[in-house]
Amino acid sequence: MPVVTYRDALGAAIREEMQRDDRVFLMGEEVGVYNGAYKVSKGFLQEFGEMRVVDTPITELGFAGVGVGAAMVGLRPVIEFMTWNFALLALDQVVNAAAKMLYMSGGQYKIPIVFRGPNGAALQLSAQHSQAWESWLAHIPGLKVVAPGTPYDAKGLLKSAIRDDNPVCFLEGEMLYNTKGDVPDEEYIIPLGKADLKREGDACSIITHGKMVLVAMQAADQLAKDGIAIDVVDLRTIRPMDVEAITTSVRKTNRAVVLEEGWEVCGVGAQVVDHIQRECFDSLDAPVIRVHQADVPMPYTKSLEKAAKPDLPKTIAAVRKVMYLD
Amino acid sequence: MVSKKKSDAETKSSANDAELLHSMLLQRRFEERVAEAYALGKIGGFCHLYIGQEAVSTGTLSMLRADDYIITTYRDHGQALARGISSRSVMAELFGRQDGCSRGKGGSMHLFDQNTNFLGGHGIVGGHVPLATGVGFAIKYRGGDQVIVCFMGESVVNTGAFHEALNMAALWKLPCVFIIENNRYGMGTSLERASAIHDIYERGAAYNMARQQCDGQDIFAVRQAVGEAVERARKEQQPTLLEVRTYRFMGHSMSDAVSGTYRTKAELEEYMKRDPISLLRAKMEKDGTLNEEQLQKMDADIKAVVQDAWDFADASPELPLEALYEDVYVDTTT
Ligand SMILES: Cc1ncc(C[n+]2csc(CCOP(=O)(O)OP(=O)(O)O)c2C)c(N)n1
Ligand SMILES: [Mg+2]
Repeated sequence: MPVVTYRDALGAAIREEMQRDDRVFLMGEEVGVYNGAYKVSKGFLQEFGEMRVVDTPITELGFAGVGVGAAMVGLRPVIEFMTWNFALLALDQVVNAAAKMLYMSGGQYKIPIVFRGPNGAALQLSAQHSQAWESWLAHIPGLKVVAPGTPYDAKGLLKSAIRDDNPVCFLEGEMLYNTKGDVPDEEYIIPLGKADLKREGDACSIITHGKMVLVAMQAADQLAKDGIAIDVVDLRTIRPMDVEAITTSVRKTNRAVVLEEGWEVCGVGAQVVDHIQRECFDSLDAPVIRVHQADVPMPYTKSLEKAAKPDLPKTIAAVRKVMYLD
Repeated sequence: MVSKKKSDAETKSSANDAELLHSMLLQRRFEERVAEAYALGKIGGFCHLYIGQEAVSTGTLSMLRADDYIITTYRDHGQALARGISSRSVMAELFGRQDGCSRGKGGSMHLFDQNTNFLGGHGIVGGHVPLATGVGFAIKYRGGDQVIVCFMGESVVNTGAFHEALNMAALWKLPCVFIIENNRYGMGTSLERASAIHDIYERGAAYNMARQQCDGQDIFAVRQAVGEAVERARKEQQPTLLEVRTYRFMGHSMSDAVSGTYRTKAELEEYMKRDPISLLRAKMEKDGTLNEEQLQKMDADIKAVVQDAWDFADASPELPLEALYEDVYVDTTT
């Protein structure tokens, strides 16, 4: 199978969907002439022209709304945010317009739109550029929220997101663009709302999504050396969440660590734990532990940044703790 | 007021005075009953009346084709009726009933109707203006010759959304007509206390956009200005910013007194001398195209239509509880 970067997998997904459906277009800052801030749309302008690969002014609220308006009357926009940090300026359009239009119009106006871009911390970008937004977005009925961790998932899920008739927030890992993985040449799609069991084990579940999938896999590798077999549940879609996959895993392993990139308070992990305590109460052999970013804005200096981020040692320590090994 | 075929454009713009009067009077009588229903508790929530501004809705929408698009704010009853959404479905929406144009899920501020390309009343001040630019973008993308008319209050010009949306509409040459209904107040804040510039159509200069100001109480002035803007959008794919000077005769919403701390009774009375319906009536009487008897008959017919809308709304059921979870997501992909 061809080995492809996460970046190219995303690019291929958009390109294929634009070839398949002429209502699909890409809009955002630097997507055309510049080939994309993260080069996801390299060569798109030449292939599709400027009506379908649209460079915008720096105007997040405005172009998010342009996407929603175009979707109301039948187009299928893919709106790129240079990063989700800047999408905060557009949240009125994402939340008050895209997510609610179908409901407040009594079912008349669907909004088939994808809002996508890098999410989460990179390296030493400091407080305003290092944030994971999924819990904010997943809070909103009317939105779907997707966060792929591998090139294979990125491509299959983005194709589904573009074909979905609902607004989808697609969160790409800022640190994942250069990662590589197997991506078949043949077309495939991955349905939204389905988790993926990335590793099978019976000792403990790690439930995670997005960039943290890589950390969970590394933790599973390392713990395997000590004979500890981890079940890695990659949620892939945060909303709707595949709660059955969580139940199945935790009922099997009786222990769970919930790993996410964002902050603790009202985070995605809190939602996962809520589900576990209701559906797996009698199966639990230990309290569930959450691994997440420290409850502070991201610092710049290297040592503090490292201390703030969820990582491999913290994940392994959490697993050992729920297994009462330490 | 909505023609059925594209080719009706000419007929439309020559809509006769009696039709215009009928449209305005329908809005007036309808909203008088809305106020009554609100007092009786049949209508709840925020409810913003349009009384005093009817020449803007009727004047504008009488210049559009059936396949053109309209988007507006929460002060949307008048435009919905002028667009030809039935009194029954608008009243049922205000009553929160399932036969309402948004099935009772939107209410007064969120009237939507796909049949007439009425893209909704929107509740976040300024938030719908980028949507209008997006509709203009979609028209251009498809190579169509429709236009989108976006109504907004004058307070909108101070929002970032307005600036971002108008810049893109002009930059990309989109067929958008932005109509500011300058009724002089945003709730209790006068234009002069909110905007550094008072001839707000001049804001169009910042976007190199065609711009104009007109009298919003004179329906013919509105039709003239809108007609030019629509033509510019349809034929030249160029947007226009049109400031229409009008006045609301009622409070900001049903919970606001008609006059009070921010405007005097004397000011209100002065403006009410230029009631758009009276002005058209006077013109028609002078032209000899309307006599007292015809007017009485029109009024009686309209009151009957509004009574019928009320009865219809009252008889319409509320959605069953199962509908609570409907319309959050569509269950389809393409
Ligand atoms: C972003 C935002 N801020 C505040 C409000 C509350 N609000 C609703 S209407 C309004 C005044 C708007 O005035 P204007 O745009 O002139 O329209 P008008 O009511 O006069 O038709 C305000 C402040 C809101 N709905 N949205
Ligand atoms: Mg106003």
